[in-house]
Amino acid sequence: MSIANDLPVKEPSSSFMSDLTRVLRENIRDYGMFIALFIIWGVFNSLTDGLFLSSRNLSNLLNQFGYIAVLGIGMTLVIVIRHIDLSVGFLAGFLGAVTAIAMTFWGLPVWVVVPSVLILGALLGLLPGFMVAQLGIPAFVATLAGFLIYRGAILVVTEGSGTIIISNDAFNALGNGFIPNIFGDLWPGKHLLTLLVGAIAIVWFIYNELKGRRNKLAYGFEVLPRNIFILKLVFATLLVGALTWVLASYNGLSWTVVIVLIVLAIYQFITTQTVLGRHIYAVGGNPEAAELSGVNVKRITYLVFSQMGALAALSGMLFASRLQSATTTAGTLFELDAIAASYVGGVSAAGGVGRVTGAVIGALVMASLTSGMNLMGLGISYQYIIRGIVLALAVIFDVSTRNR
Amino acid sequence: MSDNVILEMRNITKEFPGVKALDNISFAVKQGEIHCLVGENGAGKSTLMKVLSGVYPHGTYSGEIYLNGELQRFNGIRDSEHAGIGIIYQELALIPELTVYENIFLGNEIRKGMRMDWNETIRRASEMLAKVKLDVNPAAKVIELSVGRQQLIEIAKALSKDVRLLILDEPTSALNEDDVDNLFDLMRDLRSNGVTLIMITHKLREIMRIADSVTVIRDGKSIVTLDAAKGEVSEQVMIKHMVGREIDNIYPSRTHKRSEEVVLEVHDWNVFDPVIDRKLLKNSSFNIKRGEIVGFAGLMGSGRTELALSIFGNPAHYKVDGELTVNGQQGHFHHPQEAMNAGVAYVSEDRKRNGLILIQDVRENTTLANLRALASRGVIDSNREIQVANEYKTSLNIKTPTIQQKVGNLSGGNQQKVSLAKWLFVQPNILILDEPTRGIDVGAKFEIYTLMNRLVEQGMSILMISSELPEVLGMSDRVYVVSAGEITGELPIAEATQERIMQLATMN
Repeated sequence: MSIANDLPVKEPSSSFMSDLTRVLRENIRDYGMFIALFIIWGVFNSLTDGLFLSSRNLSNLLNQFGYIAVLGIGMTLVIVIRHIDLSVGFLAGFLGAVTAIAMTFWGLPVWVVVPSVLILGALLGLLPGFMVAQLGIPAFVATLAGFLIYRGAILVVTEGSGTIIISNDAFNALGNGFIPNIFGDLWPGKHLLTLLVGAIAIVWFIYNELKGRRNKLAYGFEVLPRNIFILKLVFATLLVGALTWVLASYNGLSWTVVIVLIVLAIYQFITTQTVLGRHIYAVGGNPEAAELSGVNVKRITYLVFSQMGALAALSGMLFASRLQSATTTAGTLFELDAIAASYVGGVSAAGGVGRVTGAVIGALVMASLTSGMNLMGLGISYQYIIRGIVLALAVIFDVSTRNR
Repeated sequence: MSDNVILEMRNITKEFPGVKALDNISFAVKQGEIHCLVGENGAGKSTLMKVLSGVYPHGTYSGEIYLNGELQRFNGIRDSEHAGIGIIYQELALIPELTVYENIFLGNEIRKGMRMDWNETIRRASEMLAKVKLDVNPAAKVIELSVGRQQLIEIAKALSKDVRLLILDEPTSALNEDDVDNLFDLMRDLRSNGVTLIMITHKLREIMRIADSVTVIRDGKSIVTLDAAKGEVSEQVMIKHMVGREIDNIYPSRTHKRSEEVVLEVHDWNVFDPVIDRKLLKNSSFNIKRGEIVGFAGLMGSGRTELALSIFGNPAHYKVDGELTVNGQQGHFHHPQEAMNAGVAYVSEDRKRNGLILIQDVRENTTLANLRALASRGVIDSNREIQVANEYKTSLNIKTPTIQQKVGNLSGGNQQKVSLAKWLFVQPNILILDEPTRGIDVGAKFEIYTLMNRLVEQGMSILMISSELPEVLGMSDRVYVVSAGEITGELPIAEATQERIMQLATMN
């Protein structure tokens, strides 16, 4: 998938550095969060003497960011259509508890529970959808009600038992397991399947970029200067390659990362390639114009809240699986982390702007902050303050680059 | 500099990234005159006024501004207001839920110590209302007043700040004929009280009525200043300078191919708005035949837009009853999508609010209403989409570097063309155009008229709602006149005159 739109570039290249600064300046909104991510990683890595970018820590970090990343993806679409969903944190916690009860107390098999809870989440998402689309209640209020209700609901269902331990290994693998090491004997110490997946991803990315560039040239659209384009490919290759290499030196790709990537791929496809995606962004860009253009704004609103519910269910299950239990406080502040991830990822509160890939990078930024500060042994109070500052900086950056 | 020049702007150049909006422009206004500023969209009129009023602060442009012979360096609107310059924008800047007196003194509040002095505020507001000859209760909420009255309140607000130079940006674009007369009387009044007025407008007829002098701007340069007293101002001359060429007839002729086949028929149509509890249309009946342009004339707010919307899937959820027959099929539409499927398209009067998605590009806007035609199983064929957008860019002469340009960056005329492209791509056989040329320049108007002719010659039928009588008379085959929610007359074009239409439009 493309990291950034190849925005118009006027004349053919003069010098490499001037091209580079110009492309960076013109696409600062797209590249900004990557730059932020690298600065954060670099700073933490030097402050922790290389501990931060170690295989073990990166692997852990990626497992922890999964449940926020999927929420961030869904939240991006909600914000794109000019709404907000504050209920998803405790909805995730509640559905995690439901999952635990279904498996531990009712003894239902995991292949029944997981899809059922996803469907339940999608159905519960229709409730704020109904209040917002049908009754015209502001999403902030409608979902604040959900926030309180699900908070209470978690306490009700865990009243007798307190924390519910989940002992199903298949389910717990979602948050803690890694993909199997096929042909592992061929290269001891390296996770071959992970390397293979990484290699395929790189080849696929380069192929797609080349195809897109050729297409744009065929239509006479402006593309990145050739040397900058090559730099972009090299950069992406190195990034994915290095990440895969580091992970392959530990336990390999985790199931959490695989799930996030699958969700991301589906959402990226829907938002950029389909009629549905275009309609979602049209509703966000101008609901009146969209309605008059034959887009069913109500239907889109229902759908977006419903997918948010389904992703909250996924998030809740990832979190429960990670902890191997459902706790009474699960889901606390998830919604705010997801909203922060979306904003760091470049979504605009005015509607119609924001990418799901951005939300995943945003979630990675927020998770990196938490992980890095934990490694440094920084107190939780300061952690909140620093995360708040980073969120404020992200939005300031967004506003100050909006009219470029 | 002669001594009765109040304002002189010298050698102003203002650049935006990639565009020179003002190119070494000079502009002078005499004390106590009504000076009209005219030019095509994108010519630089609004930019020039924003430089004058301090919206673009000193230092972001080059050149000098002299007010009463003194060099001015405005760092913001407050500075220019302080110097006696007031500006009233096309989009009114009143707060609908506040009262008239609160609005008049907003940002300029009258205080007694720490507290608001409401009694004095109301007294002074009444004075200002008297000055603009507006008879409303100062305690009324602005939202309850008509657009024409709101405009007068804007002027009252400017007068409360002691303006000596008042700039009006397209003040008549949302006014009906009566309100325009009223506004012009007030402008003459202000002039005799020593206020100097600058009016930006597209409407040459209005310039003929009110201007003392006219400056024509084209491509960021001032082309000519004409003096009405010397008889230099005429529509022909202004158009010639605006477009840089002569346009003999801005309404192109066409070969009439209308048939007697009725494609749309409305019978006993009643529309009721439950939100404001008002009947918008009463017992209206009309029809449209294949290949004709039917003009809908009337005053602003007479119910023509509501009529169109109530036919086009009723997105505002009015209560509608009556018979609708479209292409032989009888029945109401319950969503714009249904109307589109039946071959009806509606191009909104307010392209920015209801027509376009300004943050999306030309391509996305062009294809939005008919994406399904470009998709299989919900996946868009992006190559075909680009082809389609490029075809419309060429055939409608949309002036944009590429179809990747955001629509918000285009001029009004080109935005309107994108709006039209979107609806033509739906391939309707009945096209409803609501004020198709509002706020766009003469050149683009001519292109849109030519396009309309081409479409009806191909067998399309057009329902054109227009408040510009010359446009109605120049383009229609038949005219219906709407007055206060009722169709008060149907005129074949041969019998339609401005006087006859105005008479019918003001019947109720």
